[in-house]
Amino acid sequence: MTTRTMTTPTIHRRPLVARLLEGRDERLLVVTGLGTPTYDAAAAGDDPRTFFLWGAMGGATMMGLGLALAQPDKRVLVLAGDGEMLMSVGSLATVAMKRPANLAVVVLDNEHFGETGMQPTPTHAGVDLAGMAAAAGWATTLTARTDADIPALVEAARNTPGPVFAVAKIMAEKLPFVLPPKDGAYLKDRFRQAVLGEA
Amino acid sequence: MSEAAPAAPTWPDDIYRALKAADIRQVAHVPDAGHARLIKSCEADNNMQTVTLTTEEEGVAMLCGAHLGGQRGVLLVQSSGVGNCINMLSLPQTCRMPFMMIVTMRGEYGEFNPWQNAMGLATEAVLTAMHVTCYRCDRAEDVGPTVANAARFTFEGGRPVAVLLSQRLIGAKAFVNE
Repeated sequence: MTTRTMTTPTIHRRPLVARLLEGRDERLLVVTGLGTPTYDAAAAGDDPRTFFLWGAMGGATMMGLGLALAQPDKRVLVLAGDGEMLMSVGSLATVAMKRPANLAVVVLDNEHFGETGMQPTPTHAGVDLAGMAAAAGWATTLTARTDADIPALVEAARNTPGPVFAVAKIMAEKLPFVLPPKDGAYLKDRFRQAVLGEA
Repeated sequence: MSEAAPAAPTWPDDIYRALKAADIRQVAHVPDAGHARLIKSCEADNNMQTVTLTTEEEGVAMLCGAHLGGQRGVLLVQSSGVGNCINMLSLPQTCRMPFMMIVTMRGEYGEFNPWQNAMGLATEAVLTAMHVTCYRCDRAEDVGPTVANAARFTFEGGRPVAVLLSQRLIGAKAFVNE
């Protein structure tokens, strides 16, 4: 039995996501899980190479896998909430089997279902998502708990050969909504146009 | 096995040829006996990425990601797995993405396991409710052309499609000690 070390998170999510996406070029493709990760990425700046999910909960990591397999020369970054990731724990095994070197998942873990009234999620009770990914066999896993851990997390997410699974323990903050376009067909068409040059 | 074992059906090879002709590059599946031969063919193909899923809805999301990246894919599942896909089918519908699944049916003609009936008998209704067009196959000679036309329907027309391979075609599963 391992003892869980309780720490109060000090990482703010919006500056973290801005750091993760800072200086992005055409090599970086982003998928955001529904809810606050979508708003965080929108707050960092709209981009046609970001596919914002507004639904399909539990699908972000697997969308990232299909995209990573189709575009092996691009870096694919999935930004997911802890609720999103907990719904798709099986995909930790699925991704581990394929070992895509160009896929990174960053979980913005505030230990709560932020969209629905801040009910605690299982990570609040100590469920260790990075530990689960490590046990599944992801190439690199880590958990960032303070601002001092952020540079290593950003480096892993952007550059370390994957699959990379990084958890950022973030403050459970209620922030203003920053809403990207929500027409899925439009988001899909502009993404494909930017990446493939076709609608 | 008796000495008079019937020849293995060749319609799985017809599916494989149709998938190749449609330039299918990603094959996601939850294994099913009815898909075993096809899965083996796809795994042996260096131009196809096969992905074994833990649950079927993963494949829906994965193939939508493949579409974002410019590749075509197919999801191979059993009818029971269609139930697992329901909400994730909102993704190809909302985003008007092509999406193709090939479903081996249980819970119908000759089924001996009543636990398969609930989802098997609801499969087509569920898919239709989620705006997935269903092409059903009862005869071996229809399988290749049906898959080819389903691929054309979804990848040219941009609407989700499912090919349902009926239990009459596949043969009802029997538990026999060998």
